[in-house]
Amino acid sequence: MPSGLVNQYFRTQNLAHIWCPGCGNGIVTRALVKAIDALGLDKDDVCVVSGIGCSSRAPGYLDFNTLHTTHGRALAFATGVKLANPKLNVIVVTGDGDSSAIGGNHLIHAARRNIDITTIVFNNNTYGMTGGQYSPTTPTGDKGTTAPYGNIDAAFDLCNLAQAAGASYVARGTIYAANQLEKNIIDGIKNKGFSFIEAMTTCPTYYGRKNKKGNAVDMVTYLKEHAINKIAWEKLPEEKKVGKFVIGELYSSTRPEYTEQYDRLIDSFKKGV
Amino acid sequence: MAIKLMQGNEACVAGALKAGMRFYAGYPITPSTEIAEISAEALPKVGGKFIQMEDEIAGMAATLGGSLAGLKSMTATSGPGFSLKQENIGYGIITETPCVIVNVQRSGPSTGLPTSPAQGDILQARWGTHGDHSIIALYPSSVKEIYYTTIRAFNLAEKYRTPVILLLDEIIGHMREKIEIPENDDVEIIDRKVPTCPPEEYKAFKVKEGDIVPEMAGFGTGYRYHVTGLVHDETGFPSGNELVADKLLNRLIDKIENNKDDIVTYDEYMLQDAEYAIISFGAIARSAKAAVDHLREEGIKVGLFRPITIWPSPDKQLLELGKKMKKIYVIEMNAGQYFLEVDRLAGKHTTVEKYGKINGEIITPEDIVSFVKEDQNA
Repeated sequence: MPSGLVNQYFRTQNLAHIWCPGCGNGIVTRALVKAIDALGLDKDDVCVVSGIGCSSRAPGYLDFNTLHTTHGRALAFATGVKLANPKLNVIVVTGDGDSSAIGGNHLIHAARRNIDITTIVFNNNTYGMTGGQYSPTTPTGDKGTTAPYGNIDAAFDLCNLAQAAGASYVARGTIYAANQLEKNIIDGIKNKGFSFIEAMTTCPTYYGRKNKKGNAVDMVTYLKEHAINKIAWEKLPEEKKVGKFVIGELYSSTRPEYTEQYDRLIDSFKKGV
Repeated sequence: MAIKLMQGNEACVAGALKAGMRFYAGYPITPSTEIAEISAEALPKVGGKFIQMEDEIAGMAATLGGSLAGLKSMTATSGPGFSLKQENIGYGIITETPCVIVNVQRSGPSTGLPTSPAQGDILQARWGTHGDHSIIALYPSSVKEIYYTTIRAFNLAEKYRTPVILLLDEIIGHMREKIEIPENDDVEIIDRKVPTCPPEEYKAFKVKEGDIVPEMAGFGTGYRYHVTGLVHDETGFPSGNELVADKLLNRLIDKIENNKDDIVTYDEYMLQDAEYAIISFGAIARSAKAAVDHLREEGIKVGLFRPITIWPSPDKQLLELGKKMKKIYVIEMNAGQYFLEVDRLAGKHTTVEKYGKINGEIITPEDIVSFVKEDQNA
């Protein structure tokens, strides 16, 4: 990243970060900062909220209004912040366990309300902070420290989940295709409603080592070789989709946004309707 | 002077609005639901926000979020919901986020007797969230007192930058009583102190000399800072340093414990010449007051001490009572929770007896009279 952006958007006094060598979280954070820069948002009007986990440490490094909350509850806190002050651009940074296990209820309800919050899930398929336990996005059969014989759970497709719950913008990206991820984050922030972006990232330290996925480069190469863009994906015969996953903007729609609806209610009393 | 017939839960919302509540997030639960319903109706009319969240935990989280964004915020719950809120109450304590949590108590544990009264959350209010901390919990005993105590709960939350717990009894929450509210009520309203320094000089968790708590900027007001539930230094950023931890955690305790003279309130009845004291709070203090009158008629010199601030405890007053009284009776609708606190303090100097009920039945004046008389005759 150009050093100008680091100086402009990072709390450089709080660096170095806590992430392991080879961790992909920095690439997702970079994409977020580049998206905010591209949109020209005023730093005072940006609020980044997170829960607990490796990815949730990102806000501490960023020079915005930042809120590092309790495990799973980032979206519930963010809902309060956004409703209380709708002029803020509220962005939630969360992990796969934080957003879809302990915080799964808040995810589906924030999507249902279509509240104007952009949620970026750093999906590394594991609980990194606690040392590599299986998460709701650990593929079936893969190992974690709490799945020593292989995970028998089925994994969530987080994008399908968010779309089904009512998100008005849904996209998936990878840390390999970082420019496309950045574009999706830009579109997500621009969307007036609940935006959900799943960023596929890597945890070579725990998930990678436990599942013999190679080093950090091998894991990024895996993302490169298995991620298929939406346009190509739709032309692909079903048998060729096996083992691959789709990236890009997956869904977009327009429907009433929650805080605008509430402000309309307040206005109706002002007008004496 | 407006004279109204009001339910306790209704008076709670009226007091909250008077105090400046502009944000409410919660989840329906008996017997607190009216507080949510009335807030939902009232808030948009004054430009405030109400949201029914997906669960109790989210209700607490959104309440804190609303406060961080600059609005005076409240949530209300009961028994099981109070348990679910505890982790985020702790978050409110360590991040010094003002808010009011109303707990209209019901019988427990678990689902218990959902529509029956109990005073079983005295110790959960004190120690419900994990880790060492102090807390402010208030306990009114009439509809009118609910109105003024709710205002006070907001004032203390804003002044001390901390979650304040308002313990209500189901009996008063659902009871209708006459309440007089002056048209031009000049009751004091306290707002959090906000920074005026240039943003680059703002240290979000530094206490200025002469202040009790750090100045609090709302998100979006030009003061960009970090809020975390981790132990943090004066800038708000996480620290694992033991000196930083020591300073922060003790400051959070001290800001409450060292200001008891301001925070602690209580009521006394017929204690001047009393030889025996009854200690009771909330709805049961009303039974106790009637019992005092009855016992006095029978020549027993008894008085009533009613803590309105339950936590921090009125330790000076309890110690004094211990020195003066031949005996103290703690009457509460639980198995002896506040008794432990009274016995810890007054018990150094006198005998402390307890009487309680945990079956959802109210403690009547007759119950108290016969308990005291039996004890006196024993």
